[in-house]
Amino acid sequence: MCVTCGCDTDHNDKKLINVERDILHENNLMAQRNRGYFDAKNIFALNLVSSPGSGKTTLLERTLTDLKDELRFAVIEGDQQTANDADRIHATGTKVAQINTGKGCHLDADMIFHTIPGMKLEENSILFIENVGNLVCPAMFDLGEQDRVVVMSVTEGDDKPLKYPDMYSSANICVINKIDLLPYVKFDMDAVKANAKKTNPNLEIIELSCTSGEGMETWYNWLKSKVPANESELSHTN
Amino acid sequence: MHELSIVMGILEIAQQYAKEAEAKKIDEIELDIGVLSTVEMNAFDFAWNQGVKNTLLDGAVRKVNRITGKALCMDCDTAFDIANVFDPCPSCASHLIAITQGKELKVKSLIVT
Repeated sequence: MCVTCGCDTDHNDKKLINVERDILHENNLMAQRNRGYFDAKNIFALNLVSSPGSGKTTLLERTLTDLKDELRFAVIEGDQQTANDADRIHATGTKVAQINTGKGCHLDADMIFHTIPGMKLEENSILFIENVGNLVCPAMFDLGEQDRVVVMSVTEGDDKPLKYPDMYSSANICVINKIDLLPYVKFDMDAVKANAKKTNPNLEIIELSCTSGEGMETWYNWLKSKVPANESELSHTN
Repeated sequence: MHELSIVMGILEIAQQYAKEAEAKKIDEIELDIGVLSTVEMNAFDFAWNQGVKNTLLDGAVRKVNRITGKALCMDCDTAFDIANVFDPCPSCASHLIAITQGKELKVKSLIVT
């Protein structure tokens, strides 16, 4: 359409193009491709997000070690630099791939798409995707995961969910880690739960400590509940 | 600084549509950016200036529609304006709300030559 008078010709050589395209469209398409792949292989993919140092990698190490005889796992590690986290996961005997984002502050669906073919993921397994430690940017980028887990620790402020509401509102599960340190820090568990529920009333909260092991059972039961459920769904549709 | 990724996404879309229209130049670009879309406008401006250098968008007029936030209470059906995703319903104080407007992030139109 012509911009000058609205006629059908290209008056003045200027042309209006109605685009109406979501800026994250490409990422969302790629995320759906990943999701389709995970669904087809009955892989339960989790996107783990948090600020740096909340204990995502430690949570994974402990989970992979404790459940290695019961469930099959694979891990994608996202960090700006180094393969340190991948080395830690590798030491547990789990299949792992490291993505270094360089200057990037988040993982995106395209990075996951290009990483999964080389991993040869097993059917009926769990894939943990540990995102870059950052509570802002990863919130916007769907990776194709089934559930998003936000990990926080009791050494952080109890107003964190209100400071970073986008991350908390986009997550399904909130793991509150390091509860063995509760006697030593000023952290109001009721306040943090109330704040988290303000941003997302449907958020499930699991309190645990990777050091003492307290609460880990709840987390494990939650994980286990996810995989067999998918399997029974599959047998229904077949 | 995910704003740079956003700018690169806009650039990709704009270039694709301009190419399809066999345009030589993009004169104007219109964007919808909702206030709840997690885009920080200062960071966005900074990323924009760097990201569009020597591209078809270099020098284009950028029109940004900042769409205000609106929500609907799932408990009492009240429609209200929100500034933050954790704002409660003003009638019944519930947090069980559906955001109906303000998360937009899209390229609306281009004017090309």
